[in-house]
Amino acid sequence: MAHYWHEDIECMSREDMRKLQSERLVAQVKHVYEHVPYYRAKMDEKGVTPDDIQSVDDLHKLPFLSKADLREAYPYGLLAKPLSECVRIHSTSGTTGKRVVAFYTQHDVDLWEDCCARAITAAGGTDEDVLQVAYGYGLFTGGAGLHGGSHKVGCLTLPMSSGNTERQIQFMRDLGSTILCCTPSYAAYIGETLHDMGLTPDDIKLKAGIFGAEPWTEEMRRTIEQSLGIKAYDIFGLTEISGPGVAFECSEQSGMHINEDHFIPEIIDPETGEVLPEGEIGELVFTAIDKEAFPMLRYRTRDLCKLTREKCGCGRTLIKMCKPMGRSDDMMIIRGVNVFPSQIETVLIEQGYTPNYLIEVDRKNNTDTLDISVELTAEQFSDKMKDVQDRERSLAAAIKTMLGISPKVHLVSPKTITRSEGKAVRVIDRRKLHD
Amino acid sequence: MNTIKQFSIFVENRQGKMAELTRLLADAGIDLRTLSLADTRDFGILRIIVNQPEQAEALLRENGWTFQVTPVIGVKVPDRPGGVAEVLEALDAANVNVEYMYAFVNRIPGRADTIFRVDNEEAAFRALTEKGIDTLEADEAYNG
Repeated sequence: MAHYWHEDIECMSREDMRKLQSERLVAQVKHVYEHVPYYRAKMDEKGVTPDDIQSVDDLHKLPFLSKADLREAYPYGLLAKPLSECVRIHSTSGTTGKRVVAFYTQHDVDLWEDCCARAITAAGGTDEDVLQVAYGYGLFTGGAGLHGGSHKVGCLTLPMSSGNTERQIQFMRDLGSTILCCTPSYAAYIGETLHDMGLTPDDIKLKAGIFGAEPWTEEMRRTIEQSLGIKAYDIFGLTEISGPGVAFECSEQSGMHINEDHFIPEIIDPETGEVLPEGEIGELVFTAIDKEAFPMLRYRTRDLCKLTREKCGCGRTLIKMCKPMGRSDDMMIIRGVNVFPSQIETVLIEQGYTPNYLIEVDRKNNTDTLDISVELTAEQFSDKMKDVQDRERSLAAAIKTMLGISPKVHLVSPKTITRSEGKAVRVIDRRKLHD
Repeated sequence: MNTIKQFSIFVENRQGKMAELTRLLADAGIDLRTLSLADTRDFGILRIIVNQPEQAEALLRENGWTFQVTPVIGVKVPDRPGGVAEVLEALDAANVNVEYMYAFVNRIPGRADTIFRVDNEEAAFRALTEKGIDTLEADEAYNG
């Protein structure tokens, strides 16, 4: 039974991987410098030439690219191959301004589909499987990526696209689908519909699901696994870098292996741009080292993340990333410590509070203050003062453990924080008013 | 022998919060029989006994207040020196802990009716009955 799609790569020694990455990076920087005037100007401005990049150790010398660059250079400004060599485009949804369009040569499509094939294989997929793609097809990368990966593995591929849930379930039953690929929210909906139709997981043959393209929690994973009778695997990707399959989960379900032979990850301090040591939380940055048409160098994802290179039970040596924890745009520096609202939110949810909270930062007598207001629900409330005070203290202690600095916790009534219309305001930084 | 429903309500320490809460009850025609407030810097816990517990519960829920319905016992404490001490001694002898207590506004001459929040209502009733100390029926507390 094939456990790996590319065993030589997925289980490669660290030393060999560094060598492979370095070779590809050096060549890629030359390619970009010669063919992308937009990025060359950035390098020139920073005083970096392709000769300065001799190995992955020099990666930090390169300038960053951001979403703003993609918009500014739209549509062709970051293209590194003639259009005659490109075979496809994909595009982001463009909900926050101009769309981002990414270009692919046949080589780019191949390496992307290989990444998806690794993910399918890691989820137990072989040429014996029937793989149902319920991601949307079209400009969105979800459908095309898993579809291509499924072909590579040799699964019988059901190109369903999303929607028409009863038909999804009918095909699932009639053709015996064994692997489902879609967004986690759609998987949960399919699970609910299955039960509404009076069916149980015993009526279908699904054994695994590969779900991504949106944030989801461990709780959601358990719900999906139970309702469909499967093991649910996470998959990560972004159109700018290629699409789903940039990183994928293995049977350990403890983080996603990054296909680092194609995409080198870094974690940086979002404020200073400095590279942070492994294991620290910061902004995730990717460098695509062997894509031809749209080779992003040091692309800032704005996702907050952590990388680990601990030995994985699945045998892969590829570095692992955790689920993104939030957006780097939200970072605050309080008493010299980087604080992300998502860290505080994590503690609140662990302790059974609602994610309705307000963080207030101020500066009094030259010291930063951190006040966190949290809604107290009836289940957590007690008529005994000591119980309520203990709760307040234990929450403050848990937040201190997470952040390294002490907050002042204020318990407030429900609905006092969630009054905002539209996007909730979670942070008020009054220090800015004093500057 | 039954417990009395006390409403324990979380009240933020902000101007007007107590007025808002008591106005809500008043406009529904609910009478406060007695009350006690425990407070800290940030919040208070208001404990009340009302004449219409069912209506009060629905009203508080509808209006999104954080509260608990807490079983408490009402004791007809003799209004003379040593009255409260005897009750507490009886409870202590039965290993019943008192979490907090507060008195009714004067109702009947010779009696200082008092609300006790204890950790074991059944043991408390037994201990008081043995000592010949009368307790309040729930109805007496709500409507007496």
